[in-house]
Amino acid sequence: MDILIYGTINSVALALYALGFAMVYGVSRLPNFAHGALYVLSGFITWTMLNSLGLPYIVSIVLTLIITGIIGAMIYQFVLIRVRGMEISEIIASYAIGLAILEGLRWGGFRGVNYTLPAFIAGSTNIAGISVDYQRLLVVAIGAAVVAVLWLFTHYTRIGLALRGMAQDERAAMMLGIDSDLMAVVAMGFGSMLAALAAILLLPLGNVVVEAGYNVLILAIAVCIVGGLGSWMGAVLAAFLIGFAQILTVVYLGAQYQMVVAIFAIILTLILKPSGIFGQQKELEERV
Amino acid sequence: MNNQPLLEAKEITKAFGGIMALNRVSFTVNAGEILGIIGPNGSGKTTIVNCLTGFIKMTSGHVFFRGRDISKKPPHKIADMGLTRTFQIMRPYYSLPAYKNLVIPLFSPRAKRTGGWRGGGRLGDRNTVGIDILEEIGFERDSYVPYKTASTLPTGYLKRLELARCLALKPEVIICDEIFSGLSMSEIASMVPLIERLQMEGITLIMIEHRLRELFRVANRVMVLNFGEKLIEGHPKEVMADERVKEAYFGSQNMAEVMMHA
Amino acid sequence: MAITTQRRKERIDRGINVRTEGIYALMSIKELSYLAAPRLVLIVGLLILPLLLPDMYWKRVITITCIYAFLALSFDFLAHFVGLVSLGGAFFVGIGGYLAAIANTYWGFPPWLTIPFAALVGGAVCTLLLFPCLPLRGVYFAIVSLMYPLFSARVIEALDIFGGTDGIMGIDGFSNHFVEEYAPLGLLLIALFAIRRLVTTDFGLVLRGVKDNDQAIRASGMNVTFYKSVAVYIASTMGCLSGAILVHIYMWSGISLFALDFSILPIAATVIGGSGTLIGPVLGCFILVPISELLRDFGTLRIVFYALILVGFIIFRSEGLMVWGQRKYHQFERWTQI
Repeated sequence: MDILIYGTINSVALALYALGFAMVYGVSRLPNFAHGALYVLSGFITWTMLNSLGLPYIVSIVLTLIITGIIGAMIYQFVLIRVRGMEISEIIASYAIGLAILEGLRWGGFRGVNYTLPAFIAGSTNIAGISVDYQRLLVVAIGAAVVAVLWLFTHYTRIGLALRGMAQDERAAMMLGIDSDLMAVVAMGFGSMLAALAAILLLPLGNVVVEAGYNVLILAIAVCIVGGLGSWMGAVLAAFLIGFAQILTVVYLGAQYQMVVAIFAIILTLILKPSGIFGQQKELEERV
Repeated sequence: MNNQPLLEAKEITKAFGGIMALNRVSFTVNAGEILGIIGPNGSGKTTIVNCLTGFIKMTSGHVFFRGRDISKKPPHKIADMGLTRTFQIMRPYYSLPAYKNLVIPLFSPRAKRTGGWRGGGRLGDRNTVGIDILEEIGFERDSYVPYKTASTLPTGYLKRLELARCLALKPEVIICDEIFSGLSMSEIASMVPLIERLQMEGITLIMIEHRLRELFRVANRVMVLNFGEKLIEGHPKEVMADERVKEAYFGSQNMAEVMMHA
Repeated sequence: MAITTQRRKERIDRGINVRTEGIYALMSIKELSYLAAPRLVLIVGLLILPLLLPDMYWKRVITITCIYAFLALSFDFLAHFVGLVSLGGAFFVGIGGYLAAIANTYWGFPPWLTIPFAALVGGAVCTLLLFPCLPLRGVYFAIVSLMYPLFSARVIEALDIFGGTDGIMGIDGFSNHFVEEYAPLGLLLIALFAIRRLVTTDFGLVLRGVKDNDQAIRASGMNVTFYKSVAVYIASTMGCLSGAILVHIYMWSGISLFALDFSILPIAATVIGGSGTLIGPVLGCFILVPISELLRDFGTLRIVFYALILVGFIIFRSEGLMVWGQRKYHQFERWTQI
């Protein structure tokens, strides 16, 4: 039973890590290696607003979401757009930006265990005899809501539909008058906001540490690869697969193997079905 | 005795998801002949090439080359046996000069086995053999064309380069995937004798084509595909006369009329 | 219609008069030196560099630079001649380093034996471990190769093997300083010129073909995975070699061999030096590593520093210093009126 509950919570957390990455990749084919850095950065922004500026929690959360979205969009607009389509440069450039953010934070003194965000609702409850704190339940609830809202957003709003059009066929979308550069910037903005949302939800469960950036990046990539790069539903499904696999390993093997599971899952997926569970058919024609 | 066909496809089936790209297509190719494969867009012509040469795995069916089942073999093994192909979308090594494009296939195990040229690795040798092959296929030897980077060559030369890359292997079969398409009338006119010469030299050809008039001139037999199924196979004249082919290929239009435009 | 005078830049080749592509007819000593001078400057410059530096500390920096240069060379070779972008240079360093450490401390091999052993065997180990990923292309290979060093570090931590988080201590150092300074430099120069030669041979052409167009390689009856694995073996041998040397210099081997530095700095050096030139990445290392040493006091800020340089170069001068330098050396520019 505890495996079920913690597995679900862990899976939703993974899905939250991965959605932003999947969104950016899906729309603009950009593997955003700065994703983990944006996650940590938004944690520190929230912390700074709460503790240094003394803003109320809810205000700092909203501001953080906006600021992180803008930062992500700016990274795209001023840097990544110039290497658009050059896969290698995209990876290297976004990875370098992520590194600069993370190591900059580390240098700036954000180290150690002093940085924590308060839980939204303190306390815990009992589900089938296992104590679960409210924050974790909230993570699951908001996670589910985010997936639902994203689905509605991409199916019923103009921007959402444009983003989906881009994801399916960029050239066709451009012919229909969709500004692909603008949409890529928007996607990056939303992707960063999703990273920030994940951070705000999940960071209260632990400390805000720089190392989390690398872990989040690896996990997000793992989930997206297993689910099929660019496929949002695949990412959600893969999050549950890896999430439960992780919890099972923790219970039966030990906590130190948790990360190994993710990496193992990537390698296994790439060998067995490189396009991922929900990836499109990638045979000869598509690889031209 | 030896009346076994050179290449035999038995009930090749390929499904992409739920779509049947090929449905139980069987045919044979005899040594030395030219088989044309025609069909409307999306009828599975290129899929056949990919299945025969191992570039995609077929869902079911078998391909026999000289009596050996090659349906499970990877593409490089099949090419190594002498069953080669060109690509519809031309794929030269863009950053290399034209003759260096041939040095690469000349480095392959098959070329090392079959190549009549001396040496086994000296640099100069492969370059000269490469230029020889290019000249054979219609690159003017003394001009700068063979030395130009592949990315700067016009379509006509790129198509020839595709063919030259197969010839470097001294193949038994060449499958030409739309080698005429995208060429001007005069370029095609100069290509047809080339194809005929290859046949004279004993190379078996399978030609996937949209250009019916030129194809019918060179092909010994023609097979028509429609929606992944084999419609008819026979002499070009029979095929041209067949009502079902007209139906499938040209709708209700008069075939002769369409051929004027082709 | 108003006629405005426009100007454009004209580029004119200088140097050798009689030449076709890649083949020169040398007519004079001047032309010979035109070709030989840059190479001599590089070789002699590198060889006398340790003599010019009085300080032990800076001599050590040169050796460390060589180690990064090996990695940059291996990255550039894999990325621009084979089309495999490996973000996991640290993986090679780690495997090579640990192998050398094990050979030295557990089996008692002397350094002159452990280094070739670690390089050759380590190359094989890396190739074997990367083998399942070789069919992957582009982003996928980059991502997976990024995972490998992290994965290895975690495995060593989790299983607590090879000294776990403490690492392996008590590894022999080099017998004298002269060897320590010149062995890496000499090996680097050999590797550099060997790779430069390799990529122009027919075998090298096939590798470039793999990068351009792997389907055509297949259609020509060649096994793409085989060629990729040979290339990975060559690259990882260089990486493992550098790892082995590093271990003997620090006389210690630990999971920090899998650290990010070894993956990211060579890439930065390659971008700055000029990707695809092979010499560029080496020179890039000789620029970046000393600067990064100067900034050692700033801690992790130096990672920020070269990450930003990297971004700047990718965006504003993606050709790199070497390509720019070559152009300036071989051509002169002048303005002409149209």
